[in-house]
Amino acid sequence: MVLGRLFRRRSQPDAQLEQGLEKTRRGVFLEITRLFDRSTIDEELYEDLEMLLIQADVGWDVSQKLVAELRARVARDRSTVPAEAREILREEMISLLELATRNRKVKILQRGVPFVVMVVGVNGVGKTTTIAKLAAYHQRFGRSVMLAAGDTFRAAAIDQLKVWGERQGVPVIAHHQGADPGAVVFDAMQAAHARGADVLIVDTAGRLQTKHNLMAELSKLRKIMQRHVEDAPQEVLLVIDATTGQNGLVQAKAFADSVDITDIMIAKLDGTAKGGIAFSVAKELGTPISYVGTGERATDLAEFKPETYVDSLFFGVGDGL
Amino acid sequence: MFESLSDRLNETFGRLSRKGRLTEADVDEAMREVRRALLEADVNFKVVKDFVAAVRVRAVGQDVLRSLTPAQTAIGIVNEELVNVLGAEREELRAPERPPQILMLVGLQGSGKTTHAAKLAIHLRKGGRNPLLVAADVYRPAAINQLQALGKQVNVPVYEEGTSKSPVDIAANALRFARERGHNPVIVDTAGRLQIDERLMQELVDIRDRIAPTEILLVADAMTGQEAVGVAEAFHRRLDVSGLILTKMDGDARGGAALSIRAVTGVPIKFIGTGEKLDALEPFYPERLAGRILGMGDVLSLIERAQEQTDEGEAQRLQDRMLKGQFNLEDFLDQLQKIKKMGPLTQLLDMIPGLGGQLRQAKAQISDDDYKQVEAIIFSMTPQERRRPELIGNRRRKRIARGSGTSPAQVNQLLSQFREMQKMMSQMGKMAKKGKLPANMPFDF
Repeated sequence: MVLGRLFRRRSQPDAQLEQGLEKTRRGVFLEITRLFDRSTIDEELYEDLEMLLIQADVGWDVSQKLVAELRARVARDRSTVPAEAREILREEMISLLELATRNRKVKILQRGVPFVVMVVGVNGVGKTTTIAKLAAYHQRFGRSVMLAAGDTFRAAAIDQLKVWGERQGVPVIAHHQGADPGAVVFDAMQAAHARGADVLIVDTAGRLQTKHNLMAELSKLRKIMQRHVEDAPQEVLLVIDATTGQNGLVQAKAFADSVDITDIMIAKLDGTAKGGIAFSVAKELGTPISYVGTGERATDLAEFKPETYVDSLFFGVGDGL
Repeated sequence: MFESLSDRLNETFGRLSRKGRLTEADVDEAMREVRRALLEADVNFKVVKDFVAAVRVRAVGQDVLRSLTPAQTAIGIVNEELVNVLGAEREELRAPERPPQILMLVGLQGSGKTTHAAKLAIHLRKGGRNPLLVAADVYRPAAINQLQALGKQVNVPVYEEGTSKSPVDIAANALRFARERGHNPVIVDTAGRLQIDERLMQELVDIRDRIAPTEILLVADAMTGQEAVGVAEAFHRRLDVSGLILTKMDGDARGGAALSIRAVTGVPIKFIGTGEKLDALEPFYPERLAGRILGMGDVLSLIERAQEQTDEGEAQRLQDRMLKGQFNLEDFLDQLQKIKKMGPLTQLLDMIPGLGGQLRQAKAQISDDDYKQVEAIIFSMTPQERRRPELIGNRRRKRIARGSGTSPAQVNQLLSQFREMQKMMSQMGKMAKKGKLPANMPFDF
């Protein structure tokens, strides 16, 4: 009861928010920078750092490890200057994320064989928007792109994809809502072959990783693709919402287990979330993180670079993603 | 994936109590485990700090130090405090001063506003009311189509004016329309937006000022991490949010975000979304979420999954067959396949509360391949053999073993286990006849 009262601090709407907003957006890295802006490396620095990392969704486990590693290196280098510690931390964070880039494979597009990308993820992470961005990305390289409306479950998901298709000038293969996604994929594979598309991007319905049957459905889609192209889908992209907490790792593991994801995209980095889940995913899975999503426009997609990620989200340097 | 807090506390106190009397320092060690469990469940770090401090005061002041089962006592305190913060009393939707009741849904992109607008419409229609859905998301491609499709599915009218008008005018016009036609409640679906998007946040304020909603419901994803608090505070500060809908609770997120939002804003959680089906909207029970945040198993979810796989009539028939001793290998196979559909065994075991250390180790040895072997043996039998396993003699046994890639001994093992099961069932049947068992015994597996 005590706690209930303690927490029930009802704040009134306040028109003064504007100044606060910029602060929220830059909160964590300003604080990280400020953290090292002191005269000595002390216990408080480590404690505050751990809190800041947790605040960025880096997670308890990885935060502990990062701080422990920093302590060890500071001791080993007999470093006493906070600015040096800051640089060590930055290096540690970057090298952790590099675990998620070193397995990256060079993808080769063959003439006459569609490069098939299957986009998967839980509900509401931004799969459809991501597909529009991927289409634009491939178009920039002069590739012809085709989309398959494999989300036949969510109301109007097909319409949403069609709108993007029109905006991008890309054909969309679609059936009706409630249709078998397998049939959509089958038709799309044939159409991609017939029209000589370089890249076919397949949308799938959002599914929580706990839905066993729906996860099994993804393997079925894969089999249908392989009837046309032996090594399809050449890319299976898992989209994770940057706002996600520790469940992001659970998602990544479950999707990796059931569909062999080849790439991960961290979406919605234009918000205030710091996408700290990328660190646990990199550490535990090693599946390449390949892209980041930074807005709602089709051009708001960037390749994932550990250094840029760490600098712009945690240290506030560089010109953003 | 995560150990439950009760396992960890048992371990901590087990280690500490061996050295004799517990001290305050021991409680501190236990509190570190509490802190870790909450952080792993995505409870906001500031909330965790205050929470752990309060739990510590009670733990030291109370019986934890003297308790014979300090771990359980500590868990009890944590659980009680969680329920307190989450709001011990259930809060209903507010009634309007004069109808119609206007519900305005707000939140980040992808939190589930449109789906939950439709869910609310069905839920509120149950009382014989006549809801209207309002499509005020003019930004996301096909958002209006989505609401229209959902409206059609559940047979609720949708008010829309396309994408060229301002959402503020659409909402105001919709309200006029609803008053003329006697629609109540009016459910307004707004576009998802970032809380730092000043222009779009102002738009929500303008909508609110024009239509004076009875409730402003923040729709939040149960999987949200530490930023949940920042997001909720920003929406609350601008709009004075009156309730929270926590979505995607059918996943396996611990849902610490809900605790954080409730603790920081004081806004009550009014509903939880538990699936993609449009009737998957439930009232909020703080005890369930508390148990879930602590990773104490989730029997209710387990039961729900079982129910998804069986319908009542079928369960009743099966129960009758069992009690009459007519349960055969065909029924058995059928049940086995239903359990399989509920998910991997190890995941199901995770939902059982109090699964201690030893069982956890056993869990590592249980594999879904065990199903496969049993299935293979039954599949290698003729339908006649499945219905009357007593037919199976030496030759048939050898054939079945060959067909299923097992040994005759393994076939035998399955058969004798099955006979035991049958015996037990028919005994229960006799007891039921004598009135020692309730006639309508619920049967899930």
